[in-house]
Amino acid sequence: MKKTIKKPVLSVGPFHPLQEEMEYFQLTLDGEIVTDIDMRISYNHRGIERISETLQFDQVPFLVSRICGICSACHPLAYVRAVEELAGVKVPERALYVRTIITELERIHSHILWAGLAGHFIGYDTVFMWAWKYREPVLDLLEEITGNRNNYGNVKVGGCREDIPNELKPKILKDMDEITKKIDMLIKAVLDDPILHARLKGVGILKNEDAIKYAVAGPTARASDVAIDVRADDPYGVYSELDWNVIVRPEGDVFAKVVVRLLEVVEAIKIVKQAIQKLPDGPVAVEVKEIPPGEAIGHVEAPRGETFHYVRSDGGNRPVRHKARAPSYVNVPSFKASCIGQHIADVTITLAAVDPCYSCTERLAVVDGHNNITHDYEKLLRLSREKTTRIIREA
Amino acid sequence: MNQEELNNKISEIKAKLIGYEQPLANRIYLSCEAENSYALNKFLFEEVPLRFLIATGIDSEDCFEILYHYAYDQTGCVVTLKTFIRDRENPSVESISPFLPAAEWIERELHDLLGIEIKNHPDMRRLILADDWPEGVYPLRKEAKK
Repeated sequence: MKKTIKKPVLSVGPFHPLQEEMEYFQLTLDGEIVTDIDMRISYNHRGIERISETLQFDQVPFLVSRICGICSACHPLAYVRAVEELAGVKVPERALYVRTIITELERIHSHILWAGLAGHFIGYDTVFMWAWKYREPVLDLLEEITGNRNNYGNVKVGGCREDIPNELKPKILKDMDEITKKIDMLIKAVLDDPILHARLKGVGILKNEDAIKYAVAGPTARASDVAIDVRADDPYGVYSELDWNVIVRPEGDVFAKVVVRLLEVVEAIKIVKQAIQKLPDGPVAVEVKEIPPGEAIGHVEAPRGETFHYVRSDGGNRPVRHKARAPSYVNVPSFKASCIGQHIADVTITLAAVDPCYSCTERLAVVDGHNNITHDYEKLLRLSREKTTRIIREA
Repeated sequence: MNQEELNNKISEIKAKLIGYEQPLANRIYLSCEAENSYALNKFLFEEVPLRFLIATGIDSEDCFEILYHYAYDQTGCVVTLKTFIRDRENPSVESISPFLPAAEWIERELHDLLGIEIKNHPDMRRLILADDWPEGVYPLRKEAKK
């Protein structure tokens, strides 16, 4: 009688133990090697595209800025680019500079955040603590300019809502110089460390032909020798007027992705400094009264890759259709190519290497088997506080 | 290829198109009927070749539209193929995932949210909607607004 051997399956998620976001991976194993991977997403689906159709054109940037906490300058910028293309709006020069500066500041703090997380995932908590400390000045700058550390709400159809005050320019330049010193130290530490080499080199390789088949974007693509970057390919803001480089590496492994992101921080600092020095005078917005019927596209290079928006209008004051594509939508399926054949121990960092953003803002609730909520958010919060009080009392 | 060469390359398939618009130098919108979608997508991805971006599904009163968006990075051009699905009762289109794995997820999403049947999809199952979401209720369709 033939014995059927069941393949062991390791489930990671739906509440990811490390990344602490809602994603669900099922790894099929042969011993320690991953032979297949299945992914489930959409635990955090909020129906943003549908909500866009109920809002007016100028309300949508505030909605899409909340698609993601750390790409929150890029989604509204991509949407607004589409609407401005539709309506033929010419955005003032100073607004283009302000948009570029804020997007690059976001890239700096997002990449440093990822460097810290990557350190945390492989057990290097010092890297995690230091990286998150070095990104604080950038968040402080963003708060001074826009009023918030994330979800800036600074982009609107026709320009920007807040200007960068000229008195802030010396401080921005000084902060960029400070961060340069810290980043140089971090880059040297990563490039020279033999343990990081052992853990990250040759791990989670995404081959160039798979990068093309899965149409990946951002540092995930650039680390696999796919030289795409919206800032260079279809320039927006003032990227075409400044001196900077697209960072590409051929190896395709996690180490290459680390190097690409850290070197992009160096380029982003260069861009911010040049943009501040060249910042022209003038208004930061023009008034836009009507959006004519038509359709258009807006795409920008978010820290994770190309963010693509499509907008269709029928001449009314709400979009008929608004499609928003985040870069993680194309990057996450590429795990099928980069995780298969890896050891389980290497999968943790490989899954994190594309810098996935599932955007964790969902409330938690406990349901019984018939979908009745037994513990809602308020009750869970109360239970948590009671437990904390009890632990302190008994200590 | 520069933009002019790209325009010439794309005009090789003009016979299968029902519309060609180029409102800006680097924005091209091609229109076709649903039955030509597979061949045209294969041409755009493999022959030109272009980089796949995403697909947008639209419920347009008298038909369904699927817009396949592609990028040509050397000139920053975005080429959009608008596929018109005239049969509103049983909308369907051929899957392009067999030659383009990047389209797998978005085709599952089109099926989930608009109820368009994607024929010969290698792995058709829910992507966006919950397991216990009722069958036949498609959130992005116009009637779902009521």
